[in-house]
Amino acid sequence: MEVLQLLVSGLANGCVYGLIALGFVLIYKATEAVNFAQGDFMMLGAFVTLGLTNAEYMHLPFWIAAPLAIGIMAVLGYLLDFFVLRHLFGQSQTAVVILTIALGFVIRFVAGVIWGHEPQTLESPLALGDVSMGGVVLGMADVAVIVVTVLMTFALYQFFQRTKLGLAMQAASQNQMAAYYMGIPVKRVQGLIWGLSGAVAAVAGILFASKGAIDPNAGLLGIKAFAAAVIGGFGSLPGALAGGLIVGVIEPFAARFLAAGYSQIAPYALLLAVLIFRPHGLFSQVRVKKV
Amino acid sequence: MAETVLEINNLESFYGPIMAIRGVSLKVEKGQIVTVLGANGAGKSTLLKTISGIMDPEKGKITFNGTEIQGREPHRVVQDGIVHVPEGREVFPLLTVEENLNLGAYTRNDKAEIEKDRQLVFEYFPILAERRNQEAGTLSGGQQQMLAIGRGLMLRPKIMLLDEPSLGLSPLLVQEIFGILKRLNTEESVTMMLVEQNARIALDTAHFGYVMEIGRIVMEGSAERLMASEDIQSFYLGHQEESQRGERRWKRKKTWR
Repeated sequence: MEVLQLLVSGLANGCVYGLIALGFVLIYKATEAVNFAQGDFMMLGAFVTLGLTNAEYMHLPFWIAAPLAIGIMAVLGYLLDFFVLRHLFGQSQTAVVILTIALGFVIRFVAGVIWGHEPQTLESPLALGDVSMGGVVLGMADVAVIVVTVLMTFALYQFFQRTKLGLAMQAASQNQMAAYYMGIPVKRVQGLIWGLSGAVAAVAGILFASKGAIDPNAGLLGIKAFAAAVIGGFGSLPGALAGGLIVGVIEPFAARFLAAGYSQIAPYALLLAVLIFRPHGLFSQVRVKKV
Repeated sequence: MAETVLEINNLESFYGPIMAIRGVSLKVEKGQIVTVLGANGAGKSTLLKTISGIMDPEKGKITFNGTEIQGREPHRVVQDGIVHVPEGREVFPLLTVEENLNLGAYTRNDKAEIEKDRQLVFEYFPILAERRNQEAGTLSGGQQQMLAIGRGLMLRPKIMLLDEPSLGLSPLLVQEIFGILKRLNTEESVTMMLVEQNARIALDTAHFGYVMEIGRIVMEGSAERLMASEDIQSFYLGHQEESQRGERRWKRKKTWR
């Protein structure tokens, strides 16, 4: 029974990692750049929601504040691409990496200045408290997080499979040159992908903040999400989610069954193992091009 | 006089620091297949990329159906009805054959007509209908080339730019694909501009041809005339006609040098 408890809380954490990892992979596939500020996007999304809905700030109803925050983060992602990243076109990858790392710092400090550096709690209807059933204590927030992530994944899947824009996004990330030849406005599509990953980060942030307190340094768990993305196979969307879940589940189990201290390194030990034995990740979609 | 679809005047284009096209002028008339022959690095691909807007020209004009289109964004050029079937296929490897075809019609919104064109593509390339739900990356090279051509047809293009469709294919497949191109031209009157290294098959298929060397057009004429020309025969078709003195091929000079 204890196993179930660990599994649920692990999966819930894993969902948040998975969603952040999804943001990494979305941007990486489309633009071949890694957005190291993805974790901070998540934190910012959480704080924007908190700023809109908490009693001491704007006190909007949660169901208005959450979509609004997701929208704001999507617009922010798009504008970031439009005003900054598009102009780095043709620069080395390093430039983009440094830029996004710096951006993470900026977001952290701006959030600190606006909302303070103390941990705060989001007044979220998903924070449902604990339910105890026959010796098992389940955090209902954890269950809610899992449910929302499943719904979100399903919606994203439908979007990519069924809509023209989703198909164009896939095309632009699989073969940018060919996407140009098809008449897809690749740059605009890439901007929209930045917007989409901003929105996904906001959802991750809302879920994360529903499970506990949040402070401007929360974005640093983006590093774990990055590890998750690599474990899953950078470049595969299902892989990113799976990687997130694996990292999320390993943590509580390692904390419970291994000696103290090992739980912290468990995800990274797995990362090393994956990089050695399956360097393309567990769920990679690598295909050699035929000539 | 036939109607001119595409006219290029004094085009100059750089590939990085290299001047890849040095003042090219040519014409494609409606319903024709025009081929541009040339060796590696002659600037053929750059020429097509400049037409489709992937690269911007330094100088010169590209006129398409009476309007100048040089330097336009690639997706605008596609909207005008110019489709580029790139060198090396460049399909979307993880999407299915059907999704690849749908992307060919990305700029169109007329559902019923798109469906008709899909049927047309399947008619010409039955193998694609058979494999419609298979990922494009799992197709063989020849099938991928067929998919790239079919995807181009899905635009219902006013002109199709084909970059070396014979690349990396077996002679038999080359025959088959060029046969289909010829049929598309006669039956569906698709205008084509065909860039090739394989001069024999290109001249067999085309109506008119240009020969390009180091960024310049050095020769032009009807396909029959080019085929009969001694220079083309010895330098592009590989005929070995020894003269009386046993003159060696590599010692001969081309007439345009």
